[in-house]
Amino acid sequence: MDDHRATVESVFRQESGRIIAGLIRVSRSFDLAEEAMQDAFAAAVLNWQADGVPGNPAAWITATARRKLIDYARREQTRRNNEGQILYEYESRSCTIDEEMSRPFEDDRLSLIFTCCHPAINMQAQVALTLRTLGGLTTAEIARAFLLPEPTLAQRLVRAQRKIQQARIPYQVPDAGALPERLSAVQAVLYLVFNEGYSATSGDSLLRRELCAEAIRLARTLLELMPQNPENMALLALMLLHDSRRDARSTADGQLITLEEQNRSLWHQEQIAEGIRLVERALGRRNFGPYQMQAAIAAVHAEARTAAETDWKQIAGLYAILHRSQPSPVVSLNFAVAIAMSEGLEQGLAMIDSLSAGGELDSYHLYHAARADLLRRMGRNREALENYHRGLALTTNAVELRYLRRRIAELDTDSA
Amino acid sequence: MRYMMLIYSQENEAATPEDMHAVAAAHSALMDEVRRRGILCAADPLQASSTATLVRVQDGDALITDGPYAETKEQLAGYYILDCEDLDEALAWAAKIPTACAGATGCIEVRPIREFPQRAPVNG
Repeated sequence: MDDHRATVESVFRQESGRIIAGLIRVSRSFDLAEEAMQDAFAAAVLNWQADGVPGNPAAWITATARRKLIDYARREQTRRNNEGQILYEYESRSCTIDEEMSRPFEDDRLSLIFTCCHPAINMQAQVALTLRTLGGLTTAEIARAFLLPEPTLAQRLVRAQRKIQQARIPYQVPDAGALPERLSAVQAVLYLVFNEGYSATSGDSLLRRELCAEAIRLARTLLELMPQNPENMALLALMLLHDSRRDARSTADGQLITLEEQNRSLWHQEQIAEGIRLVERALGRRNFGPYQMQAAIAAVHAEARTAAETDWKQIAGLYAILHRSQPSPVVSLNFAVAIAMSEGLEQGLAMIDSLSAGGELDSYHLYHAARADLLRRMGRNREALENYHRGLALTTNAVELRYLRRRIAELDTDSA
Repeated sequence: MRYMMLIYSQENEAATPEDMHAVAAAHSALMDEVRRRGILCAADPLQASSTATLVRVQDGDALITDGPYAETKEQLAGYYILDCEDLDEALAWAAKIPTACAGATGCIEVRPIREFPQRAPVNG
């Protein structure tokens, strides 16, 4: 009993994205596809207990779900009692499960991922839709992960699905001209899912960890579907390298532990090894992009056995490239920190100061925090304290607040 | 499927006749292209929003007031209706519609037209 149930669950976990992608292709409807898939899994729970688990469980589910779609189309046609469109692409004649199972089982996941992440859909809905269909998460699970009421999230999904249908967002991989831009939109959605799980240490931590694991799974799928793309390799690498530090980056009570202070024996070496392999493969393609630079930086950190052994010179070089292609305040600040750690604190501080010569970073909390960290390292405690306080006044993030308060408390004790 | 493309643009009084001529020429080139492809259903420019009049019927009485529906920076300036395969095709055409004139801003709102199912004619 439990045994075949576990099989059903594992088939759902591993194959539901592929199954639903195919069902959407034939039904041209997210709703019907989902309903048919759920019915088929429910049928599997009953049938597999009686008849045993079929040789190819995913094909059995697909075949059963396709028959359900035919049933729905018939029911709908009877109800309308007119010519109405038959959504189903082939004849709704009766055929056996075996015949149905012999149909080619194509992989439509790439079409699905591009449709879910279409820029015409609101970004949050893109995320929810991707997790719901490709990830196989329930609406309740997604709502909990994003700290949203379930009806709000359900509404968002319904609206997005309606838009796909009514505005006729195509179910296909974009043509070559649009592909680079659309692919980076897909990558952004997956990275956003990862960061949602990774950045907050508050909330349901188990669920957040699962969100990271889910993002990694999706990035793996994207790479499997477009295996030659170096940014896909780098995105997966970046997630693996960050995630490898999950057990070292916060205390039991949710305090952030900086990279420098982490117990590196808690890092997951097998993830680091895979991440580094992927980064090397990506860089070997000589077609650089922002995920590759970020993943390469994460790899350099991961390779250092102690914080002191970190190759800051290499990190500074990578930030210089990233800064040229994707300039942003965060990148500039990190670049300055890397310069401070490789060439000297004075140089780093001078660079930070020149960044904000126009005063445009004055309201940015990380600017003050980064400046404060350098001043602290230089032993200029009074100025450091002043900058930590300025950063504190501008921060709303609970984790960062705790970090800044801790630094302030340490400096207060030192100077007392 | 037909898509309506609503052109919203800033009504730029600083535009010279040359500027306006350039925009008109861009529209007519685009219209030629969509007509040649057989997908042009309709397209028209509108007079300035200062010519707009609102009619609101309340309790059977028509209340007439001056002005466009909303006083926004960008105003409805014209429209296209094109018959496209899907949204991606519609978006690609929308990107070719000129919206701005002499440095002013603009955008296109793309909306699918709601089609009603064809009813069978009563006596066949």
